[in-house]
Amino acid sequence: MAINWFKYSAPTAFYGLAGKMIPWFAVPAAVLFMVGMYIGFFVAPTDAIQSEAYRIIFIHVPASILSMFIYLIMAGYAALGLIFNTRLSSMMATALAPTGALFAFISLWTGALWGKPMWGAWWVWDARLTSELILLFLYLGFIALQSSIEDPRRADRAGALLAIVGSVNVPIIYFSVKWWNTLHQGATIKFTGTSMHVAMQQAMFIMLLACWLYVIAVTLARVRSIILERERNTQWVNELKEVRS
Amino acid sequence: MTRCANATGAVTSKLSLFGLFGLVIRRDLLLAMRRRADVLTTLVFFVMVVSLFPLGVGPEMDMLRKMAPGVVWVAALLASMLSLGRMFSADYLDGTLEQMLLAPQSLSMLVLGKIVAHWMLSGLPLVLIAPVLGLQFDMPAQALWVLILVLLLGTPILSMIGAIGAALTLGLRGGGVLVSLLVLPLCIPVLIFGTGAVEAVNTGMTIVPHVALLGALLLLALVFTPWVTAQALRISME
Repeated sequence: MAINWFKYSAPTAFYGLAGKMIPWFAVPAAVLFMVGMYIGFFVAPTDAIQSEAYRIIFIHVPASILSMFIYLIMAGYAALGLIFNTRLSSMMATALAPTGALFAFISLWTGALWGKPMWGAWWVWDARLTSELILLFLYLGFIALQSSIEDPRRADRAGALLAIVGSVNVPIIYFSVKWWNTLHQGATIKFTGTSMHVAMQQAMFIMLLACWLYVIAVTLARVRSIILERERNTQWVNELKEVRS
Repeated sequence: MTRCANATGAVTSKLSLFGLFGLVIRRDLLLAMRRRADVLTTLVFFVMVVSLFPLGVGPEMDMLRKMAPGVVWVAALLASMLSLGRMFSADYLDGTLEQMLLAPQSLSMLVLGKIVAHWMLSGLPLVLIAPVLGLQFDMPAQALWVLILVLLLGTPILSMIGAIGAALTLGLRGGGVLVSLLVLPLCIPVLIFGTGAVEAVNTGMTIVPHVALLGALLLLALVFTPWVTAQALRISME
């Protein structure tokens, strides 16, 4: 039996599929969030050096990982859209950008909240903080460019080019910031290498998974909206139950 | 091969790649010389921004000497953003750009010509005036030479990365602010290595790593940005 792998690359077909998939990601995300929070707050022991303040890592670390990861996924989808001219890939890239920016922001925000009790400052010009900030700027540039272009096709392709250029630049920026930092400050405050407690690892892993599922659910929901918006003049959209009512 | 094809072949081959390159540069410089005010505006902006810093942070020479490379670089970054809007917009409005896209010659080469012309008009003047501004900040002579060197290496990169942004935002509302938003984060490595070299010479360290990295960035940008800009122009002109 030949399977048509490309069936769901059409927005028409994917719209329904995405609608069915959302609960499968949203519900586990919610459950895992609760489990992760419980382990993080009640099971994981108090840290010897940082006492209770360290518990913010359970959201900080997943947010940081995903903010970087989403940029790569976004650039990947954007590249697919640019190369194969598949509309859905470009829509996915557009749908991922706000979530990525959100996670970059959460990562910076929780980092600041964590930095105040640990380092005594809301912000230090540490290499990782600075590159996270620049990553947020890259997301904002992508969103700003796409939203200022009226024609969706041009917006898709211009955004794709920017995302690709950005992803090529990310390592260059990261290393330049790293070298700049060592040049300026010598050693920054670092965590002394205490190995993590198992419960801490579990909580962090579960929270990462929860955030990941949340990203997928939210992106699917957003891509559905984008599909509706772009295809609003087509017959199949006007025949949809939710559009009619 | 038919005679006709031969004839057109002969016409196109007359204009070699470098001939085309020179032609675009000459044309852009000529156009700019007809409206000299534009070039001067960028330069005056640069001088003004740099001169504002001592007024803002106070006239202590020790601090100014320390800040000088960063101030000059940030001002150069802003000044080059200011002139990016002009890189393609005039040609876009009067239809020249469309003809360039249709031309049988390599669009990347055309774009490179425009980038070089843009640098000669907005980057090179900054490099030449920067030592004077450095004197205002009491920079030592050795640091001034290094500043000139890194500006010479770095400002072309700003023009090249800026060209991508200018091409992507062609004809958009509020393109001027948008292009800065897109391009400035990508220019951060240039800023870091550019100021790093001057600081290295001030603290008695070697400038070689910074200069080498800037050179590497310049080569990388030289290879990729004209092509990426050409693609961006095609996207914007569709």
